[in-house]
Amino acid sequence: MSNLRLINPDVEFLRYRRRMEIAGVIAALLFLVLFSRFVWLQLVQYDHYHALAENNRISLVPAPPSRGVVYDRQNMVLAHNFAAYTLEITPAKAGRLEDTIERLAQVVTIEPGDRKRFKKLLAESKNFESIPIRNMLSEEEAARFAVNRFRFPGVEVKARQFRQYPFGDGFAHVVGYIGRIGEKDAQRLEESGLAPNYKGTDHIGKLGIEATYEPWLHGRTGIEKVETDSGGRAVRVLSRTAPVAGFNLYLHLDARLQQVAEKVFGDYRGALVALDPRNGGVLALVSKPGFDPNLFVDGIDTATWKELNESLDRPLINRALRGVYPPGSTIKPFMGLAGVELGVRKPGDTIADPGYFTLSGSSHRYRDWKKDGHGMVDLKRSITISCDTYYYGLAHQMGIERMAGYLGHFGFGRRTGVDLDGELAGLMPTPAWKTKRFKQPWWPGETVVAGIGQGYVLATPMQLAVATMALANDGVVYKPQLLRAWKDPASGKVSYAAPQIVDRIRITPEYLRLVKEAMIDVTRPGGTASAAGANAPYLFAGKTGTAQVVGIKQGARYVESQVHARHRDHALFIAFAPADDPKIVVAVMVENGGHGGSTAAPIARKVVDYWLLGKLPTIYAPEEAADEAIPDEVEDSGPAGSESRVVVPEEIVE
Amino acid sequence: MIQRFILRLVAHLDGPLMGLLALLLLISTATVFSASGENTDRVVAHLTNMGVAFTALLIMSHIPPQRLMQFALPAYVVGLLLLLGVALFGVVVNGSRRWLELGITRIQPSELMRLAVPMMLAWYFHYKQETLRGRDFAIAALMLVLPVGFIAKQPDLGTSLLITASGFYVLYLAGLSWKFILGAAVAAGSALPLAWNYLLHDYQRQRVLTLIDPASDPLGAGYHIIQSTIAVGSGGLAGKGWMMGTQTHLDFLPERSTDFIFAVFSEEFGLIGNLFLLLLYAAIIWRGLWLAAGATSLFGRLLSGAIVLNFFTYAFVNMGMVSGILPVVGVPLPLVSYGGTSMLTVLLSLGIVMSAATHKKLVKT
Repeated sequence: MSNLRLINPDVEFLRYRRRMEIAGVIAALLFLVLFSRFVWLQLVQYDHYHALAENNRISLVPAPPSRGVVYDRQNMVLAHNFAAYTLEITPAKAGRLEDTIERLAQVVTIEPGDRKRFKKLLAESKNFESIPIRNMLSEEEAARFAVNRFRFPGVEVKARQFRQYPFGDGFAHVVGYIGRIGEKDAQRLEESGLAPNYKGTDHIGKLGIEATYEPWLHGRTGIEKVETDSGGRAVRVLSRTAPVAGFNLYLHLDARLQQVAEKVFGDYRGALVALDPRNGGVLALVSKPGFDPNLFVDGIDTATWKELNESLDRPLINRALRGVYPPGSTIKPFMGLAGVELGVRKPGDTIADPGYFTLSGSSHRYRDWKKDGHGMVDLKRSITISCDTYYYGLAHQMGIERMAGYLGHFGFGRRTGVDLDGELAGLMPTPAWKTKRFKQPWWPGETVVAGIGQGYVLATPMQLAVATMALANDGVVYKPQLLRAWKDPASGKVSYAAPQIVDRIRITPEYLRLVKEAMIDVTRPGGTASAAGANAPYLFAGKTGTAQVVGIKQGARYVESQVHARHRDHALFIAFAPADDPKIVVAVMVENGGHGGSTAAPIARKVVDYWLLGKLPTIYAPEEAADEAIPDEVEDSGPAGSESRVVVPEEIVE
Repeated sequence: MIQRFILRLVAHLDGPLMGLLALLLLISTATVFSASGENTDRVVAHLTNMGVAFTALLIMSHIPPQRLMQFALPAYVVGLLLLLGVALFGVVVNGSRRWLELGITRIQPSELMRLAVPMMLAWYFHYKQETLRGRDFAIAALMLVLPVGFIAKQPDLGTSLLITASGFYVLYLAGLSWKFILGAAVAAGSALPLAWNYLLHDYQRQRVLTLIDPASDPLGAGYHIIQSTIAVGSGGLAGKGWMMGTQTHLDFLPERSTDFIFAVFSEEFGLIGNLFLLLLYAAIIWRGLWLAAGATSLFGRLLSGAIVLNFFTYAFVNMGMVSGILPVVGVPLPLVSYGGTSMLTVLLSLGIVMSAATHKKLVKT
C-alpha cells in the first residue's frame, strides 16, 4: 500500500465491489455449511434424533399390580389390601425437610412416631424416591392438604394400596408380613431378573407365606405409556397395559383352630403344629408369643423393633420351625418301632427296670425318671409309662448309626420342606457328625441318652408333627404344606396344590398296631397323659415328653426369679386322633412348661376337641367368611359342626 | 395530501428489502406464537417490539448519512467512557461485570458499541479517504481493539468477538491489505492455544468443550445443545408441523422464544423450512449488499456493508450454535427471536442501509 494515494473513486469503488463479492461468496459458502449440517441432522441422522425426541417425550410409568389376598380354609381373610391416602415427600424436590415437615404438621396431624419412621426411611432410600410421612390420611386431611398444596413443593398425596393382617399377633409366624424393599431385596430382584416387574412397587414379602409365595402374590406390573414434559409431569396417557393382580391364596390353615390353639396356650411360650395326616396340610401353626405383623408393613420404628428383638420372650423367633428342642420321650414310639423293625428286640421281650441303666465296665448310672423303676417292661408298656431304662438299653444295643438311619425316615435331622422360609433341620447325631463338628470321638454314653431324645438329639415342633403324621398314616410321609389352592383372578381359575409324598416307610403292620395301641394307652388310665385323655369320645393317641433345657439360649439379662422359671423343663406332647382314622396330628411344645403330661397334653386335647367335635374353648365373634368362597376339595375340611358353638372360657382354659 | 405525506414517509425505504423483511417477520411471529405455547400476550408484545423497531427504521431512513456521520465520534467516545465506567463501577450479574447502574435503570454499554464501533471506523475512513495511509489502518485497528478489550474483560467473549467482526468488516471493505489479513489470521491461529490456557475463563472453556462433547455435561452446559440438536434432527424433512413440536411444547427446549427459537422452527418445519429460511436470509443479505454497493458516500458504503455482513454473522452464528456446530454464545436469530433490543438494533441498522442507498445527493465529499 502506497504512502499517499490520490483517490481514484472508480478504483476505490471497484475494489469495494470486488471485496463485497468475495464476502458474499464466503457468506454463501458458510450458509452451505449450515445447510449440510441440517441435512446431516434432519435426513441422515433423523432416525436417531427422532428416537431421542420420543424418549424425551414418552416415559413408561409402571402400574403396580394389586397383591393377592390370603385366605384360610374357611375363606377368612388373613392378609388383604385396602386403598388409602398417604402423604409422601420427595426429598430432592422438597427443599429443607425439617421446615417442610414442620409446616405440614400445621395442616395434617404428624405424630412423633411418623417423624421417626420418616427419618429411618430417609436414611434407607435415595433422594429422589418419594417417602411417606403420614399413612392413612382421612378424606378431610387429604382435602385440607390439597388446598395448601402449592405451599409444599415435592409433597404429594398418593392413593396407595395398604396391606393389612386382620388377625394380627397370632398369625404373624404363618402369614408373615411385607415390608419396604430394602437394599438386599433390590439386589436379589436384580440378580434374578425380576427387577422390572417390581418397578413402582415398594413392598415385598419378608416373612411367612408373604415371602414364600411372593412371586404368586405379587402379580404382573402393568405399563402406562405417558407423555411427559421436561419436569416429568404426565401430560396424557398414550397407551396402557393393565397390571395383572397376584394370585389369591387359600391355605390349609384354619384361622379358628389357630385361634383356639393360641388361646389354650395361655401365657406360656411355645409352639404348636397341627397337620392333616391325609394330605400334609398345615391346619395350625402357632408360635407364642407372636407379634403384630402390621407394625412391619411401613417400617417399624426403632423403639418397637428394639423391644421386640431384645425381649426375653423372643417373639420374633418362629418356634415351630426354628425352635430346636430335645424331643425327649416323644422319640420313644419311633425308637420302639426301630427296635422291633431292625430286629434288635422282639415286641414281647421284657426288661427288668431297676430305675437306672449302666454300661458294662462303667459305674455311671443313667437314671429312669421313676426312681425305683417300672419293674418288668415290654415294648408296649415302655411307651405307655414312658420307661427310660428300656430305651437306654435299646439304644445301646442298636447303636447310634442304625438309630439315626431308621429315625431319619421319620424326618429327624432333616427339613420337613414346609412352604415357609427359614426352617431348621434339627439334629440326628452320628459319630461322623461329631468328629466333623467337635473333632472328638463318639462316646457310648451319648448313644444311651440319645435313646430317650436327649443329648445331641434336637427337633423342631414341625419335625415332631411330621414324624407323628408318618405313624398315624402307617408310614406315608407327606410334605407339610400351608398352601391348599390358589386362584388366578384374571381367569378365575382355581388350582389345587397336590399333596406331596416324601417317603413311604415300610412298617410291619403288627408292630405299627402295637405302637399305636401303646400311644392310645398313654391317654388312658395308667398312661402318662391319662388326665388329658379323660372322657375323650374318640381314640386319642399320644406321647408325652419332657426335655431338659439346653436348647434355646437365653438373653443376657437374668433376673433371679426368671432364671428358675426359664430353666424349668420344656413340656412336649405329640398326638393324633381319631387313632383308628386319623384326621389331625398335633405336636405341642411348651417352653419351661414342666411335664408333658400335665401341660402340653391338655393343650393338644383342646385343639383336637375343637377340630373333631367343634368344641370352642372360649367366646369368639367369628369373622364373616369372605364372599370368594372356593369349592371344597376335601369334603370334611372343617371341624364338625363348629359354626356357632360357644363354651364358657373358664371351663376350658386354666 | 395524506397520500403525499405517506409517499414522503416511505420515500427512503427499499421495496424489495421491506418485502423480504415482512416475510421474515411473519415467520417470526408464527414461530414465537408456537414457542410461547400459544401465548397471545407474548405475540402482542412481539408485534409491539416490531412496531417500535419499524418506527426506528423509518426514522433512520430519513437521516442522511452526512448527518449520521456527525454522531459517529460522540457516540464512540460516550460508549468508550461508559465501558470505562462499567469496568470501574459496573454491577456484577451472573459473574460478569456488564451493567452500569443509572439509578432508574441499568444499561449495557456493550450493546451501544455494536453499532458505534462500525460507525466510528466508517467515519474515520471516510474522513481520511483522500489521504489514506497504511498507518490509518493501524489507528482504526486501535479504535477497534480498545472497546473490544474492555468488553472481553467483563467478560463477554461473544459480544467482543461480534464487535471485532463488525469492525473488521469495515477495515476489510476499506481495503485492508490481504497480506495483513492472512498474517493476522495466522497469528490468531497460533495464539489460540495460548489464549485457551491463559485468557479464557473456565466457563468459556467449558462451553467450547461442551460443543465437542455435549454428553459430558448433559444436565448442565450440554443440556441446551443436546436438546436443541434433538429438536432440529427430529424435525426431519418436512417437520412435525406448526405447533406440533414435542421438544418445544413439552418444555424440553430452553430459551425457546429467544436464542433457541431456530430449534423450534427447525423442529416444526423441518429441512424444507430451514432451506426456505436460509434462502430468505440469503436474499435479504444479497439485497442489503446490493444496496450498500449503491451508497454514494464511502461512509455509507462501509457502514452499510458492515451492517449487512453483521446481519449475516448473527444469523450464521445463531443457527450454527443451535444446530451444534458453534459454541453457545448469547446471540439471537436476527428478526426471528423474541426480544425488543435485538429487533430494534437490527431494523434500525437496516434503516441506515436504506438511507445510505437512497440519499444520493451529497452536500459535500
